[in-house]
Amino acid sequence: MTPILTVTDLHKSFGSVEVLQGIDLSLARGETVVVLGGSGSGKSTLLRCINLLERPTRGIIEMDGQRIGQMNDGLMSYRESELARFRARIGMVFQQFNLFPHLSVRDNVSIGQRRVLGRDRKTADDRAIVQLKRVGLAEKVDAYPHQLSGGQQQRVAIARALAMDPAIMLFDEATSALDPELVGEVLTAMRALRDAGMTMLIVTHELGFAYHIADRIVFLDQGRIYEQGTPKEVLLAPRHPRTQDFMRGHTMFRLPEAASSSNAG
Amino acid sequence: MSHEWDFSFLITYSGVLAKALGSTLKLAIVCLAAGMLLGCVFAVARTSRSSALRFVGAAYVELFRNLPAIVLLFWCFYTIPLLTGIGNDRFLTAAVAFSLYAGAYFTEIFRSGINAVDAGQWLAGRALGFTPFALFRDIILPQAVKNMMPAIANETIEVVKLTTVAATVAYPELVYTAKLLSDTEYRPVEAYTAVEGVLLLALLPLAVLLFRLERTMRRTN
Repeated sequence: MTPILTVTDLHKSFGSVEVLQGIDLSLARGETVVVLGGSGSGKSTLLRCINLLERPTRGIIEMDGQRIGQMNDGLMSYRESELARFRARIGMVFQQFNLFPHLSVRDNVSIGQRRVLGRDRKTADDRAIVQLKRVGLAEKVDAYPHQLSGGQQQRVAIARALAMDPAIMLFDEATSALDPELVGEVLTAMRALRDAGMTMLIVTHELGFAYHIADRIVFLDQGRIYEQGTPKEVLLAPRHPRTQDFMRGHTMFRLPEAASSSNAG
Repeated sequence: MSHEWDFSFLITYSGVLAKALGSTLKLAIVCLAAGMLLGCVFAVARTSRSSALRFVGAAYVELFRNLPAIVLLFWCFYTIPLLTGIGNDRFLTAAVAFSLYAGAYFTEIFRSGINAVDAGQWLAGRALGFTPFALFRDIILPQAVKNMMPAIANETIEVVKLTTVAATVAYPELVYTAKLLSDTEYRPVEAYTAVEGVLLLALLPLAVLLFRLERTMRRTN
């Protein structure tokens, strides 16, 4: 089966700093991949390059086997309309939620559907309710973002992305800005998504969560992928010295006993 | 020193004063509309991705913000006829000068209002697949306007007051009319007191209106 998304030789530089130094990565349909790495390893940049919020300096992105953008003299160029269409098929959840503060929860979830997908208000609102139910917030449709807790805001952001019927969901440290007691509700929503068969690429620092949810873990350091494999392989028996260093830095990471039975499939 | 206050002549000239207020408001409305339009255009230029456009926007702002309005007014008074061949028109002179002047301020108000919108809003909109124009219109602008309201209210009042400088090129607005009256009746104190009264009566309701608007917008957030 063709991967739903393929990234080939992705490079990204900011000035003289090369943040991504040749990333090859592909996602199978329904697969959940977690990207791990220290701060400054390029995780967030990788996510933003994948949906072309950042223009890669070099490299090819394909979705369903179709290359995005035009190649001229070895450099990619992208038309705004093509970018917009491509991004609409990839849902993204941000660390800072980035809900639209001037819109109600309902409108936050429906405005993209109306303006980007051309759905009428009724269809978009109905779809918004369906997605809000899915993240357990149907009763908040008329609230405004500032009236919600961080965890609720992040779940609205997930519903907003899902309402666009994306083929892939990207999570950029979706729980890093949350108070510890609010992390669980967001992780639960993400796990439900995975169980529903969504294709997901997740950047997170929650190693326990990564262990349980990932089909595959990718370890990124200084813009390169050093190691990838099942959660067991990467988290419990890292082979590369850099991964071993990273894991040693996370002494708080303790696997529950029950997790020693296979949970990675 | 004693002064015999006598406002009675104002009753005789009330029609003249009303007409002067009309001229003041006409000039103010034109300058506000044109200034805001210029502000929109140059604010878009200043926040553009193109460095050439950003330069044009910055050049406009720095040119007209750093000249005193009265200098700009005199300059327009003499150069507009030279450049366009249109005869000396006092209204046109003042309208052009003050629109350019107000436009520079509105540019900065709009620009800072747009910049104050969190960068995450652009990211979220783009990630949803919004085109840049739709994103600006539906997501950025409504938030930016809310940010800008206090500054817009300030500048609106400022522009109405600025129109009095047009007295210096004999545009028959309130101050120029008051000068004529005080010269005719030898009553400068009463004439200018009357101007203050009329301006306050015109501006206070405007200030209240703008404040209410700002409060309403804040409430919907």
